[in-house]
Amino acid sequence: MSRQKSQRIAFAILTILAVIVVVPIVLVVAYIVVQGIGAINWEFLTTFPHHGMKEGGILPAIVGTVVLTFGTAIVSIPIAVGAAIYLAEYARDTWLTRAIRLAIINLAGIPSVVYGLFGLGLFVLSLRLGTSIVAGSLTLGLMTLPVVISTAEEALLAVPQRFRVVSRSLGATRWQTVRQLVLPNALPGILTGIILGLERAAGETAPILFTAAAFYLPQLPRSPLDQTMALPYHLYVISTQVPGMPLQVQYGTALVLLILVLSMNVVATMIRSRFRRRRQW
Amino acid sequence: MVAKISIHHLTFRYNDTVALRDVTLDIPANEITVIFGPSHAGKSTLLRCLNRLNDLIENEETEMTGQILLDGQDIYGPTVDVTELRRRVGMVFALPIPLPLTIYENVVYGLRMQGESRKELLDARVEQSLRQAALWDEVKDRLYEPAMRLSGGQQQRLCLARILALEPEVILLDNPTSGLDPLSTAKVESSLAELKAHYTIVMVPHSVQQAARIADLAVFLLNGQLVEMGSAEQIFTRPRDRRTEDYITGRFG
Ligand SMILES: Nc1ncnc2c1ncn2[C@@H]1O[C@H](COP(=O)(O)OP(=O)(O)OP(=O)(O)O)[C@@H](O)[C@H]1O
Ligand SMILES: [Mg+2]
Repeated sequence: MSRQKSQRIAFAILTILAVIVVVPIVLVVAYIVVQGIGAINWEFLTTFPHHGMKEGGILPAIVGTVVLTFGTAIVSIPIAVGAAIYLAEYARDTWLTRAIRLAIINLAGIPSVVYGLFGLGLFVLSLRLGTSIVAGSLTLGLMTLPVVISTAEEALLAVPQRFRVVSRSLGATRWQTVRQLVLPNALPGILTGIILGLERAAGETAPILFTAAAFYLPQLPRSPLDQTMALPYHLYVISTQVPGMPLQVQYGTALVLLILVLSMNVVATMIRSRFRRRRQW
Repeated sequence: MVAKISIHHLTFRYNDTVALRDVTLDIPANEITVIFGPSHAGKSTLLRCLNRLNDLIENEETEMTGQILLDGQDIYGPTVDVTELRRRVGMVFALPIPLPLTIYENVVYGLRMQGESRKELLDARVEQSLRQAALWDEVKDRLYEPAMRLSGGQQQRLCLARILALEPEVILLDNPTSGLDPLSTAKVESSLAELKAHYTIVMVPHSVQQAARIADLAVFLLNGQLVEMGSAEQIFTRPRDRRTEDYITGRFG
Protein backbone atom coordinates (compact mmCIF):
# COMPACT_ATOMS: atom_id res chain seq x y z
CA MET A 1 0.00 0.00 0.00
CA SER A 2 1.39 3.40 -0.89
CA ARG A 3 2.08 5.91 1.82
CA GLN A 4 -0.46 8.35 0.43
CA LYS A 5 -3.10 5.68 0.44
CA SER A 6 -2.52 4.57 4.02
CA GLN A 7 -2.42 8.21 5.02
CA ARG A 8 -5.85 8.73 3.43
CA ILE A 9 -7.27 5.65 5.10
CA ALA A 10 -5.98 6.67 8.51
CA PHE A 11 -7.43 10.11 8.03
CA ALA A 12 -10.82 8.67 7.05
CA ILE A 13 -10.92 6.36 10.06
CA LEU A 14 -10.02 9.17 12.43
CA THR A 15 -12.69 11.42 10.92
CA ILE A 16 -15.31 8.71 11.36
CA LEU A 17 -14.26 8.19 14.98
CA ALA A 18 -14.49 11.89 15.67
CA VAL A 19 -17.97 11.99 14.18
CA ILE A 20 -19.00 8.98 16.26
CA VAL A 21 -17.93 10.88 19.36
CA VAL A 22 -19.68 14.09 18.45
CA VAL A 23 -22.99 12.75 17.11
CA PRO A 24 -24.46 11.46 20.39
CA ILE A 25 -23.50 14.67 22.20
CA VAL A 26 -25.23 16.77 19.58
CA LEU A 27 -28.26 14.47 19.65
CA VAL A 28 -28.61 14.61 23.43
CA VAL A 29 -28.29 18.38 23.53
CA ALA A 30 -30.68 18.84 20.62
CA TYR A 31 -33.23 16.50 22.20
CA ILE A 32 -33.15 18.34 25.52
CA VAL A 33 -33.42 21.70 23.81
CA VAL A 34 -36.39 20.61 21.70
CA GLN A 35 -38.20 19.00 24.61
CA GLY A 36 -37.40 21.66 27.20
CA ILE A 37 -37.40 25.00 25.43
CA GLY A 38 -41.17 25.30 25.72
CA ALA A 39 -41.01 25.27 29.51
CA ILE A 40 -38.60 28.13 29.78
CA ASN A 41 -39.96 31.58 30.36
CA TRP A 42 -39.43 34.38 32.85
CA GLU A 43 -41.80 32.83 35.39
CA PHE A 44 -40.04 29.47 35.21
CA LEU A 45 -36.73 31.09 36.10
CA THR A 46 -37.95 33.44 38.82
CA THR A 47 -40.61 31.71 40.90
CA PHE A 48 -40.87 28.86 43.35
CA PRO A 49 -42.37 25.53 42.38
CA HIS A 50 -45.91 24.90 43.61
CA HIS A 51 -48.70 22.38 43.35
CA GLY A 52 -46.43 19.49 44.25
CA MET A 53 -43.72 20.95 41.95
CA LYS A 54 -45.86 20.31 38.90
CA GLU A 55 -46.25 24.02 38.35
CA GLY A 56 -44.31 27.19 38.93
CA GLY A 57 -40.59 27.69 38.47
CA ILE A 58 -37.25 26.47 39.66
CA LEU A 59 -35.77 29.61 41.20
CA PRO A 60 -34.61 28.03 44.49
CA ALA A 61 -32.85 25.24 42.62
CA ILE A 62 -31.02 27.71 40.37
CA VAL A 63 -30.01 29.88 43.31
CA GLY A 64 -28.93 26.79 45.27
CA THR A 65 -26.70 25.53 42.49
CA VAL A 66 -25.10 28.94 42.04
CA VAL A 67 -24.49 29.22 45.78
CA LEU A 68 -23.07 25.70 46.04
CA THR A 69 -20.79 26.32 43.07
CA PHE A 70 -19.58 29.48 44.71
CA GLY A 71 -18.98 27.63 47.98
CA THR A 72 -17.09 24.94 46.10
CA ALA A 73 -14.89 27.61 44.55
CA ILE A 74 -14.10 29.14 47.93
CA VAL A 75 -13.16 25.75 49.36
CA SER A 76 -11.20 24.31 46.49
CA ILE A 77 -9.38 27.21 44.78
CA PRO A 78 -6.99 28.23 47.56
CA ILE A 79 -6.13 24.67 48.51
CA ALA A 80 -5.80 23.41 44.95
CA VAL A 81 -3.74 26.33 43.67
CA GLY A 82 -1.54 26.23 46.76
CA ALA A 83 -0.98 22.51 46.33
CA ALA A 84 -0.23 22.93 42.63
CA ILE A 85 2.31 25.67 43.33
CA TYR A 86 3.94 23.50 45.93
CA LEU A 87 4.13 20.49 43.62
CA ALA A 88 5.27 22.38 40.53
CA GLU A 89 7.59 24.98 42.01
CA TYR A 90 8.88 23.79 45.36
CA ALA A 91 8.65 20.04 45.78
CA ARG A 92 11.52 17.97 44.61
CA ASP A 93 10.96 14.49 43.29
CA THR A 94 10.83 12.50 46.53
CA TRP A 95 8.79 9.56 47.75
CA LEU A 96 6.50 12.04 49.50
CA THR A 97 5.64 14.02 46.39
CA ARG A 98 5.27 10.85 44.40
CA ALA A 99 2.83 9.60 47.01
CA ILE A 100 0.92 12.91 46.85
CA ARG A 101 0.67 12.73 43.06
CA LEU A 102 -0.48 9.13 43.22
CA ALA A 103 -3.11 10.07 45.79
CA ILE A 104 -4.36 12.88 43.57
CA ILE A 105 -4.70 10.58 40.59
CA ASN A 106 -6.59 8.07 42.71
CA LEU A 107 -8.82 10.70 44.25
CA ALA A 108 -9.87 11.77 40.77
CA GLY A 109 -11.10 8.24 40.12
CA ILE A 110 -13.30 7.88 43.20
CA PRO A 111 -17.04 7.80 42.37
CA SER A 112 -18.87 10.91 43.44
CA VAL A 113 -21.28 8.99 45.67
CA VAL A 114 -18.33 7.96 47.81
CA TYR A 115 -17.49 11.63 48.31
CA GLY A 116 -21.13 12.10 49.29
CA LEU A 117 -20.91 9.40 51.97
CA PHE A 118 -17.58 10.73 53.17
CA GLY A 119 -19.06 14.23 53.43
CA LEU A 120 -22.00 12.86 55.36
CA GLY A 121 -19.70 11.13 57.82
CA LEU A 122 -17.17 13.90 58.28
CA PHE A 123 -18.87 17.25 57.69
CA VAL A 124 -22.53 16.56 58.40
CA LEU A 125 -22.18 14.22 61.36
CA SER A 126 -18.74 14.42 62.96
CA LEU A 127 -18.23 18.16 62.50
CA ARG A 128 -21.95 18.72 63.20
CA LEU A 129 -22.43 21.02 60.23
CA GLY A 130 -25.72 19.30 59.49
CA THR A 131 -27.18 19.07 56.02
CA SER A 132 -26.08 22.48 54.88
CA ILE A 133 -24.57 24.62 52.17
CA VAL A 134 -21.27 24.52 54.06
CA ALA A 135 -21.20 20.73 54.26
CA GLY A 136 -22.18 20.45 50.59
CA SER A 137 -19.57 22.97 49.49
CA LEU A 138 -16.86 21.21 51.47
CA THR A 139 -17.82 17.88 49.94
CA LEU A 140 -17.97 19.27 46.40
CA GLY A 141 -14.74 21.19 47.02
CA LEU A 142 -12.96 18.04 48.07
CA MET A 143 -14.23 16.27 44.98
CA THR A 144 -12.96 18.98 42.63
CA LEU A 145 -9.50 19.23 44.22
CA PRO A 146 -7.78 16.55 42.10
CA VAL A 147 -8.79 17.92 38.72
CA VAL A 148 -7.97 21.49 39.68
CA ILE A 149 -4.62 20.53 41.20
CA SER A 150 -3.62 18.50 38.13
CA THR A 151 -4.59 21.15 35.58
CA ALA A 152 -3.06 23.95 37.63
CA GLU A 153 0.18 22.02 38.06
CA GLU A 154 0.30 21.38 34.33
CA ALA A 155 -0.30 25.07 33.62
CA LEU A 156 2.55 26.03 35.94
CA LEU A 157 4.93 23.49 34.43
CA ALA A 158 4.07 24.78 30.95
CA VAL A 159 5.79 28.07 31.77
CA PRO A 160 9.29 27.52 30.34
CA GLN A 161 12.04 26.76 32.82
CA ARG A 162 14.35 29.32 31.19
CA PHE A 163 12.18 32.17 32.49
CA ARG A 164 12.66 30.93 36.03
CA VAL A 165 16.43 30.74 35.60
CA VAL A 166 16.54 34.28 34.19
CA SER A 167 14.38 35.58 36.99
CA ARG A 168 16.58 33.98 39.62
CA SER A 169 19.71 35.22 37.88
CA LEU A 170 18.30 38.76 38.17
CA GLY A 171 18.19 38.34 41.92
CA ALA A 172 14.55 37.35 42.34
CA THR A 173 13.76 34.85 45.07
CA ARG A 174 11.90 31.66 44.31
CA TRP A 175 8.64 33.06 45.64
CA GLN A 176 9.05 36.34 43.71
CA THR A 177 9.63 34.31 40.57
CA VAL A 178 6.47 32.32 41.15
CA ARG A 179 4.43 35.36 42.08
CA GLN A 180 5.60 37.80 39.41
CA LEU A 181 6.37 35.57 36.48
CA VAL A 182 5.10 32.01 36.66
CA LEU A 183 1.67 32.56 38.16
CA PRO A 184 0.55 35.36 35.81
CA ASN A 185 1.61 33.30 32.81
CA ALA A 186 -0.07 30.16 34.10
CA LEU A 187 -3.24 31.93 35.21
CA PRO A 188 -5.35 31.21 32.11
CA GLY A 189 -4.56 27.51 32.35
CA ILE A 190 -5.30 27.52 36.06
CA LEU A 191 -8.60 29.31 35.48
CA THR A 192 -9.57 26.78 32.85
CA GLY A 193 -8.92 23.98 35.33
CA ILE A 194 -10.92 25.72 38.02
CA ILE A 195 -13.89 26.22 35.71
CA LEU A 196 -13.81 22.62 34.52
CA GLY A 197 -13.76 21.45 38.13
CA LEU A 198 -16.61 23.75 39.14
CA GLU A 199 -18.58 22.71 36.11
CA ARG A 200 -18.45 19.13 37.25
CA ALA A 201 -19.41 20.14 40.79
CA ALA A 202 -22.39 22.13 39.52
CA GLY A 203 -23.80 19.10 37.74
CA GLU A 204 -23.29 16.47 40.45
CA THR A 205 -26.13 15.00 42.48
CA ALA A 206 -24.53 12.31 44.59
CA PRO A 207 -22.14 14.45 46.67
CA ILE A 208 -24.92 16.82 47.78
CA LEU A 209 -27.56 14.14 48.19
CA PHE A 210 -26.67 13.52 51.85
CA THR A 211 -24.86 16.74 52.61
CA ALA A 212 -26.77 19.78 51.35
CA ALA A 213 -29.77 19.12 49.19
CA ALA A 214 -33.39 19.57 50.19
CA PHE A 215 -36.36 18.06 48.43
CA TYR A 216 -38.38 21.25 48.67
CA LEU A 217 -37.94 24.51 50.56
CA PRO A 218 -40.50 27.28 50.65
CA GLN A 219 -37.82 29.97 50.90
CA LEU A 220 -34.30 30.70 49.76
CA PRO A 221 -31.51 29.70 52.16
CA ARG A 222 -30.58 32.48 54.58
CA SER A 223 -27.32 31.25 56.04
CA PRO A 224 -24.54 28.89 55.02
CA LEU A 225 -25.84 26.44 57.57
CA ASP A 226 -29.19 26.14 55.82
CA GLN A 227 -30.11 23.38 53.44
CA THR A 228 -30.67 24.31 49.85
CA MET A 229 -32.35 23.03 46.75
CA ALA A 230 -30.11 22.42 43.75
CA LEU A 231 -30.68 21.85 40.05
CA PRO A 232 -29.29 18.34 39.60
CA TYR A 233 -31.03 17.04 42.71
CA HIS A 234 -34.26 18.81 41.78
CA LEU A 235 -34.08 17.19 38.37
CA TYR A 236 -33.61 13.81 39.99
CA VAL A 237 -36.54 14.44 42.31
CA ILE A 238 -39.00 15.58 39.67
CA SER A 239 -37.96 12.78 37.34
CA THR A 240 -38.28 9.94 39.81
CA GLN A 241 -40.23 10.98 42.89
CA VAL A 242 -43.14 13.01 41.57
CA PRO A 243 -45.78 11.00 39.72
CA GLY A 244 -47.53 12.75 36.86
CA MET A 245 -44.77 15.33 36.43
CA PRO A 246 -45.10 17.13 33.07
CA LEU A 247 -42.23 16.06 30.80
CA GLN A 248 -41.70 19.57 29.60
CA VAL A 249 -40.84 20.77 33.12
CA GLN A 250 -38.31 17.98 33.53
CA TYR A 251 -36.62 18.81 30.25
CA GLY A 252 -36.85 22.51 30.98
CA THR A 253 -34.96 21.95 34.23
CA ALA A 254 -32.40 19.82 32.46
CA LEU A 255 -31.97 22.52 29.85
CA VAL A 256 -31.31 25.19 32.47
CA LEU A 257 -28.65 23.01 34.09
CA LEU A 258 -27.13 22.29 30.71
CA ILE A 259 -27.00 25.96 29.79
CA LEU A 260 -25.37 26.80 33.12
CA VAL A 261 -22.69 24.17 32.69
CA LEU A 262 -22.11 24.80 29.00
CA SER A 263 -21.77 28.52 29.51
CA MET A 264 -19.04 27.86 32.07
CA ASN A 265 -17.40 25.70 29.46
CA VAL A 266 -17.64 28.46 26.86
CA VAL A 267 -16.00 30.89 29.27
CA ALA A 268 -13.16 28.42 29.83
CA THR A 269 -12.68 27.98 26.10
CA MET A 270 -12.68 31.72 25.55
CA ILE A 271 -10.05 32.30 28.21
CA ARG A 272 -7.88 29.63 26.68
CA SER A 273 -8.10 30.79 23.10
CA ARG A 274 -7.63 34.44 23.99
CA PHE A 275 -4.52 33.52 25.91
CA ARG A 276 -3.17 31.38 23.07
CA ARG A 277 -3.33 34.35 20.78
CA ARG A 278 -1.58 36.62 23.25
CA ARG A 279 1.01 34.14 24.46
CA GLN A 280 4.54 35.17 23.69
CA TRP A 281 6.59 32.05 23.82
CA MET B 1 46.55 44.23 40.27
CA VAL B 2 43.61 43.96 42.66
CA ALA B 3 41.68 40.73 42.23
CA LYS B 4 37.94 41.27 42.20
CA ILE B 5 37.37 37.53 42.03
CA SER B 6 39.82 34.85 43.14
CA ILE B 7 39.23 31.28 42.14
CA HIS B 8 41.20 28.65 44.05
CA HIS B 9 41.47 25.02 42.99
CA LEU B 10 37.96 24.92 41.56
CA THR B 11 36.76 21.50 40.48
CA PHE B 12 33.23 20.94 39.24
CA ARG B 13 31.53 17.69 38.35
CA TYR B 14 28.11 16.86 36.84
CA ASN B 15 27.22 13.23 37.47
CA ASP B 16 30.22 11.54 35.83
CA THR B 17 31.48 14.51 33.83
CA VAL B 18 34.25 16.54 35.36
CA ALA B 19 33.69 19.93 33.76
CA LEU B 20 36.40 21.86 35.61
CA ARG B 21 39.64 20.50 37.05
CA ASP B 22 41.57 22.39 39.67
CA VAL B 23 41.20 25.81 38.12
CA THR B 24 43.01 28.62 39.89
CA LEU B 25 42.83 32.17 38.63
CA ASP B 26 42.44 35.82 39.61
CA ILE B 27 40.05 38.14 37.81
CA PRO B 28 40.96 41.83 38.07
CA ALA B 29 38.49 44.67 38.49
CA ASN B 30 37.77 47.10 35.66
CA GLU B 31 39.14 44.91 32.93
CA ILE B 32 37.67 42.50 30.44
CA THR B 33 38.73 38.95 31.18
CA VAL B 34 38.03 36.60 28.34
CA ILE B 35 37.67 32.86 28.92
CA PHE B 36 38.09 31.01 25.68
CA GLY B 37 38.58 27.47 24.50
CA PRO B 38 36.92 24.77 22.45
CA SER B 39 33.46 23.37 23.07
CA HIS B 40 33.06 21.40 26.32
CA ALA B 41 36.02 23.20 27.82
CA GLY B 42 33.90 24.18 30.81
CA LYS B 43 33.62 27.90 30.07
CA SER B 44 29.90 28.17 30.78
CA THR B 45 30.25 26.03 33.86
CA LEU B 46 32.96 28.35 35.17
CA LEU B 47 30.79 31.43 34.61
CA ARG B 48 27.82 29.81 36.30
CA CYS B 49 29.94 29.01 39.34
CA LEU B 50 30.67 32.71 39.76
CA ASN B 51 27.09 33.66 40.61
CA ARG B 52 25.98 30.27 41.84
CA LEU B 53 23.61 29.59 38.97
CA ASN B 54 24.71 25.97 39.11
CA ASP B 55 22.78 25.79 42.39
CA LEU B 56 19.59 25.81 40.33
CA ILE B 57 20.39 22.50 38.58
CA GLU B 58 17.87 20.09 40.01
CA ASN B 59 17.85 16.90 38.05
CA GLU B 60 21.53 16.13 38.22
CA GLU B 61 23.97 15.46 40.93
CA THR B 62 26.65 18.13 40.99
CA GLU B 63 29.71 18.57 43.14
CA MET B 64 31.98 21.53 43.55
CA THR B 65 35.21 21.76 45.46
CA GLY B 66 37.57 24.68 45.82
CA GLN B 67 36.92 28.26 46.70
CA ILE B 68 35.66 31.40 44.96
CA LEU B 69 36.24 34.73 46.65
CA LEU B 70 34.46 37.95 45.68
CA ASP B 71 36.24 40.91 47.26
CA GLY B 72 37.93 38.41 49.53
CA GLN B 73 34.70 36.76 50.69
CA ASP B 74 33.79 33.17 50.00
CA ILE B 75 30.65 33.27 47.84
CA TYR B 76 29.77 29.72 48.84
CA GLY B 77 30.06 30.56 52.53
CA PRO B 78 27.21 29.66 54.85
CA THR B 79 26.13 33.24 55.54
CA VAL B 80 26.01 34.36 51.90
CA ASP B 81 22.68 35.63 50.60
CA VAL B 82 22.56 34.08 47.13
CA THR B 83 19.93 36.50 45.88
CA GLU B 84 22.14 39.42 46.89
CA LEU B 85 25.15 37.72 45.27
CA ARG B 86 23.29 37.43 41.97
CA ARG B 87 22.53 41.14 42.09
CA ARG B 88 26.22 41.89 42.48
CA VAL B 89 27.28 39.36 39.85
CA GLY B 90 24.97 39.54 36.85
CA MET B 91 24.81 37.09 33.95
CA VAL B 92 23.95 37.52 30.28
CA PHE B 93 23.20 34.20 28.63
CA ALA B 94 24.29 32.93 25.22
CA LEU B 95 20.76 32.95 23.87
CA PRO B 96 18.81 36.06 24.70
CA ILE B 97 15.89 35.19 26.93
CA PRO B 98 13.60 38.17 27.31
CA LEU B 99 10.96 37.65 29.97
CA PRO B 100 7.39 37.68 28.61
CA LEU B 101 6.95 41.30 29.65
CA THR B 102 7.34 44.70 28.02
CA ILE B 103 10.75 46.11 27.16
CA TYR B 104 10.47 48.52 30.08
CA GLU B 105 9.47 45.82 32.54
CA ASN B 106 12.31 43.58 31.40
CA VAL B 107 14.82 46.29 32.20
CA VAL B 108 13.40 47.09 35.62
CA TYR B 109 12.62 43.49 36.60
CA GLY B 110 15.59 43.05 38.92
CA LEU B 111 15.04 46.45 40.52
CA ARG B 112 11.39 45.73 41.16
CA MET B 113 12.39 42.47 42.82
CA GLN B 114 14.54 44.53 45.17
CA GLY B 115 11.41 46.43 46.09
CA GLU B 116 12.20 49.55 44.08
CA SER B 117 9.03 51.23 42.84
CA ARG B 118 9.88 54.92 42.52
CA LYS B 119 8.85 55.82 39.00
CA GLU B 120 11.45 58.52 38.36
CA LEU B 121 14.25 56.27 39.48
CA LEU B 122 13.03 53.38 37.34
CA ASP B 123 12.53 55.62 34.31
CA ALA B 124 15.99 57.07 34.70
CA ARG B 125 17.56 53.66 35.11
CA VAL B 126 15.78 52.34 32.00
CA GLU B 127 17.15 55.13 29.85
CA GLN B 128 20.63 54.91 31.33
CA SER B 129 20.99 51.15 30.95
CA LEU B 130 19.46 51.04 27.48
CA ARG B 131 21.92 53.72 26.41
CA GLN B 132 24.81 51.78 27.90
CA ALA B 133 23.69 48.73 25.97
CA ALA B 134 23.47 50.76 22.74
CA LEU B 135 19.76 50.06 22.40
CA TRP B 136 18.07 53.27 23.52
CA ASP B 137 17.71 54.91 20.13
CA GLU B 138 16.09 51.85 18.64
CA VAL B 139 13.50 51.27 21.35
CA LYS B 140 12.85 54.60 23.04
CA ASP B 141 9.48 54.93 21.30
CA ARG B 142 8.32 51.40 21.98
CA LEU B 143 9.25 50.78 25.60
CA TYR B 144 5.84 49.34 26.38
CA GLU B 145 5.79 46.75 23.63
CA PRO B 146 6.45 43.09 24.40
CA ALA B 147 10.18 42.43 24.47
CA MET B 148 9.64 39.29 22.40
CA ARG B 149 8.99 41.52 19.37
CA LEU B 150 12.58 42.73 19.29
CA SER B 151 15.04 41.21 16.85
CA GLY B 152 17.53 38.68 18.20
CA GLY B 153 20.30 41.27 18.32
CA GLN B 154 18.10 43.76 20.09
CA GLN B 155 17.00 41.10 22.56
CA GLN B 156 20.61 40.36 23.37
CA ARG B 157 21.32 44.01 24.09
CA LEU B 158 18.12 44.16 26.14
CA CYS B 159 19.44 41.32 28.28
CA LEU B 160 22.63 43.29 28.78
CA ALA B 161 20.63 46.38 29.72
CA ARG B 162 18.60 44.33 32.15
CA ILE B 163 21.76 43.38 34.00
CA LEU B 164 23.20 46.90 33.84
CA ALA B 165 20.04 48.30 35.40
CA LEU B 166 20.96 46.43 38.57
CA GLU B 167 24.31 48.21 38.63
CA PRO B 168 26.14 45.00 39.43
CA GLU B 169 29.83 44.87 40.24
CA VAL B 170 30.62 41.99 37.94
CA ILE B 171 29.05 41.18 34.58
CA LEU B 172 29.30 37.64 33.25
CA LEU B 173 28.68 37.28 29.53
CA ASP B 174 28.36 33.84 27.99
CA ASN B 175 28.87 34.29 24.27
CA PRO B 176 26.70 37.39 24.16
CA THR B 177 27.06 37.97 20.44
CA SER B 178 26.33 34.44 19.26
CA GLY B 179 23.22 35.35 17.29
CA LEU B 180 24.19 38.86 16.27
CA ASP B 181 25.03 40.37 12.91
CA PRO B 182 28.42 42.11 12.63
CA LEU B 183 26.94 45.55 13.20
CA SER B 184 25.17 44.60 16.44
CA THR B 185 28.26 42.71 17.53
CA ALA B 186 30.35 45.81 17.04
CA LYS B 187 27.85 47.83 19.08
CA VAL B 188 27.92 45.37 21.94
CA GLU B 189 31.71 45.19 21.87
CA SER B 190 32.10 48.93 21.96
CA SER B 191 29.66 49.30 24.83
CA LEU B 192 31.56 46.63 26.77
CA ALA B 193 34.78 48.54 26.18
CA GLU B 194 33.14 51.61 27.69
CA LEU B 195 31.55 49.73 30.55
CA LYS B 196 34.74 48.22 31.85
CA ALA B 197 35.63 51.50 33.51
CA HIS B 198 32.87 50.78 36.03
CA TYR B 199 32.56 47.02 36.07
CA THR B 200 34.47 43.81 36.20
CA ILE B 201 33.65 41.96 33.00
CA VAL B 202 34.12 38.25 32.43
CA MET B 203 33.21 37.05 28.99
CA VAL B 204 33.17 33.89 26.94
CA PRO B 205 33.81 35.18 23.43
CA HIS B 206 32.18 34.13 20.20
CA SER B 207 35.51 33.52 18.50
CA VAL B 208 39.23 33.85 18.97
CA GLN B 209 39.09 37.00 16.84
CA GLN B 210 36.57 38.54 19.16
CA ALA B 211 38.65 37.52 22.16
CA ALA B 212 41.67 39.21 20.66
CA ARG B 213 39.70 42.37 19.85
CA ILE B 214 38.21 42.89 23.24
CA ALA B 215 40.25 41.15 25.95
CA ASP B 216 42.57 42.72 28.47
CA LEU B 217 43.26 39.39 30.09
CA ALA B 218 42.82 36.04 28.38
CA VAL B 219 42.34 32.61 29.90
CA PHE B 220 42.59 29.48 27.77
CA LEU B 221 40.58 26.50 29.00
CA LEU B 222 40.81 23.01 27.55
CA ASN B 223 38.87 19.99 28.78
CA GLY B 224 38.18 21.65 32.08
CA GLN B 225 41.79 22.63 32.70
CA LEU B 226 43.34 26.03 32.69
CA VAL B 227 46.13 25.77 30.14
CA GLU B 228 47.41 29.28 30.12
CA MET B 229 46.49 32.77 31.15
CA GLY B 230 48.03 36.17 30.67
CA SER B 231 47.59 39.56 29.12
CA ALA B 232 45.68 39.42 25.86
CA GLU B 233 48.63 40.87 24.07
CA GLN B 234 50.86 38.04 25.23
CA ILE B 235 48.38 35.18 24.79
CA PHE B 236 47.37 36.10 21.27
CA THR B 237 50.83 36.98 19.96
CA ARG B 238 53.27 34.92 22.00
CA PRO B 239 51.43 31.99 23.58
CA ARG B 240 53.69 29.92 25.79
CA ASP B 241 51.80 26.68 25.58
CA ARG B 242 51.73 24.65 22.41
CA ARG B 243 48.05 23.83 22.83
CA THR B 244 47.12 27.51 23.08
CA GLU B 245 49.07 28.26 19.98
CA ASP B 246 47.43 25.42 18.07
CA TYR B 247 43.99 26.63 19.09
CA ILE B 248 44.42 30.29 18.25
CA THR B 249 46.06 29.55 14.95
CA GLY B 250 43.14 27.29 14.09
CA ARG B 251 45.18 24.12 13.97
CA PHE B 252 42.69 22.34 16.17
CA GLY B 253 39.31 22.46 17.83
N1 LIG C 1 23.63 20.73 33.12
C1 LIG C 1 24.60 19.85 32.79
N2 LIG C 1 24.46 18.55 33.12
C2 LIG C 1 25.41 17.64 32.81
N3 LIG C 1 26.56 17.93 32.20
C3 LIG C 1 26.76 19.20 31.84
C4 LIG C 1 25.80 20.23 32.11
N4 LIG C 1 26.29 21.39 31.64
C5 LIG C 1 27.48 21.12 31.10
N5 LIG C 1 27.79 19.80 31.22
C6 LIG C 1 29.03 19.15 30.77
O1 LIG C 1 30.13 19.83 31.30
C7 LIG C 1 31.14 19.99 30.33
C8 LIG C 1 31.46 21.45 30.16
O2 LIG C 1 30.35 22.11 29.62
P1 LIG C 1 30.24 23.67 29.44
O3 LIG C 1 28.87 23.98 29.00
O4 LIG C 1 30.74 24.35 30.64
O5 LIG C 1 31.26 23.89 28.22
P2 LIG C 1 31.53 25.19 27.35
O6 LIG C 1 32.98 25.40 27.39
O7 LIG C 1 30.64 26.28 27.78
O8 LIG C 1 31.12 24.68 25.91
P3 LIG C 1 30.46 25.49 24.69
O9 LIG C 1 31.56 26.27 24.05
O10 LIG C 1 29.96 24.42 23.79
O11 LIG C 1 29.38 26.34 25.26
C9 LIG C 1 30.63 19.33 29.06
O12 LIG C 1 31.20 18.06 28.96
C10 LIG C 1 29.15 19.24 29.27
O13 LIG C 1 28.64 18.08 28.65
MG1 LIG D 1 28.96 27.27 26.87
